[in-house]
Amino acid sequence: MIARENILEITYLIATALFVLSLKWLSSPVTARRGVWAGEAGMLLAIVGTLLHGGIVDYKLIAIGLVLGTIIGVPLGRVAMTAVPQRTALSHAFGALCVTLVGTSEFYLRAPNVPGFMMGVLSLEVILGALTFTGSLMAAGKLQEVLPQRPITYKGQNFVNLGLLAIAISIAVMLVLHPEKMYLFPFMIGIPLVFGVMMIIPIGGADMPTVISLLNSYAGLSAAAMGFVLQSKLLIIAGALDGASGFILSVNMSKAMNRSFTNVLFGAFGQEQVTVAGAKEARPVRSASPEEAAGILTAASKVVIVPGYGMAVAQAQHKVRELYDALTKRGVDVKFGIHPVAGRMPGHMNVLLAEADIPYDKLLEMDEINGDFPQTDVALVIGANDVTNPAAREDTSSPIYGMPILDVDKAHTVMVIKRSMGAGFAGIANPLYYLDKTLMLFGDAKNFVGAIVREISGGHN
Amino acid sequence: MKLDLITSLYVFMLAAFIGFEVIRRVSPLLHTPLMSLTNALDAIAVVGAIILVGEGKSRLAMILGTIAIVAATSNIVGGFMITDRMLKMFKASGPRKP
Repeated sequence: MIARENILEITYLIATALFVLSLKWLSSPVTARRGVWAGEAGMLLAIVGTLLHGGIVDYKLIAIGLVLGTIIGVPLGRVAMTAVPQRTALSHAFGALCVTLVGTSEFYLRAPNVPGFMMGVLSLEVILGALTFTGSLMAAGKLQEVLPQRPITYKGQNFVNLGLLAIAISIAVMLVLHPEKMYLFPFMIGIPLVFGVMMIIPIGGADMPTVISLLNSYAGLSAAAMGFVLQSKLLIIAGALDGASGFILSVNMSKAMNRSFTNVLFGAFGQEQVTVAGAKEARPVRSASPEEAAGILTAASKVVIVPGYGMAVAQAQHKVRELYDALTKRGVDVKFGIHPVAGRMPGHMNVLLAEADIPYDKLLEMDEINGDFPQTDVALVIGANDVTNPAAREDTSSPIYGMPILDVDKAHTVMVIKRSMGAGFAGIANPLYYLDKTLMLFGDAKNFVGAIVREISGGHN
Repeated sequence: MKLDLITSLYVFMLAAFIGFEVIRRVSPLLHTPLMSLTNALDAIAVVGAIILVGEGKSRLAMILGTIAIVAATSNIVGGFMITDRMLKMFKASGPRKP
């Protein structure tokens, strides 16, 4: 006879294996969907195992919770692809909420007899959980544009933020030493809740990919800490996997912006950099009409399209697919160059283009495509700015100097679709626009690409 | 089956190493689905909440635990759904050419 507890442990063991396989299969788009199925199977097994063998006496509230969660979850699984970043931020908030609430309950069930180590991980769990909860809600609000997107900074901001964190940690230390001081516990939750808000206030839209990744990592670590508290290997492992994933993505994102973590969190980069822009105001640019652009594109043999978040804002993905189809039909080799921070979260641009039915093998990362630009006839930049700015490579005084960019300026001709000559997110002038080989295509991305497509297919018969 | 501190730390360390090695190999193409999938997997925290509510040791635990189940379940359902929706869209160029 196998004991109940052992059956539960074995289901958890299988679930753990399925979780690791799930992530392993995600390594390639060919096996990725199998990864989702493995994850679902593992999850189902763990939940059913817990319901049957977890020593549960009352199922009523559990059933209510599962049903309500499903009702909320289904619409969150159906959001538009452009809204995926805010959905992801919201789900980090939900995950962190779950962890914080369970941690709080565990404290009041056990206090005042909490061993030092247990109190330590419990503190870590609720501090990380609470700051991730409000921080993610703030990030979701900024991404959904219900909160102002511009960074809000004030004097002594870093001092206030670090001070709050220091107070929360000191309370944790006090509770570890004196777990009977239960009145301190609410403060250990309340202060990180405030800190989470303060942490996101100075962060602008362009830094969102890094911040979302960082919050992802915190959410994972808080879940792992919960695993320590509940002595659950399954939870420790799931939390560690999530934490590792968020950490890798944050490192990738900061590298792609040539900034350190601390710089993203404490830098508040987004202010207007008028000094650089001023000197270059008067220089002339060349512009072109859709007819001219269509002529140049159809005469090319190799075209690289560089999409940025502006393309998604203009909802131009489907027009871009039509352009891709029209050019491919004429024998033009069309590829896409994707900067790691294009979009509002890691990999967001790929999802938007895949949704428009552009084959994923045409979507190339920055490192893969950069060698191709010298042999490229036309680089077509749609709604991207800073990630194509050659100042990042050449101008040591530029605030984005050192940031890896897509070398579109090495292509024979550069075309940039842009609403006006305004500066980009970081407010930095882009010398790319003043090059002799650059043609500015002024207008809304969707309409302009549509006009080019009409020209190409009109002249095709 | 009690875990002691050191065993827990071993489990965490090894899982973190496996996580790094496996996730490093995920193509940047799929970084958005990666985040939504790990988020759904992370919601396994629901089992902790289920046990908390099911054992019913205090009123506070039952109220907070139920909210926790709602939050985690919405992540599981929504996370897996959107991940699958995204992955369904990724198609190679071969078959769709006429």
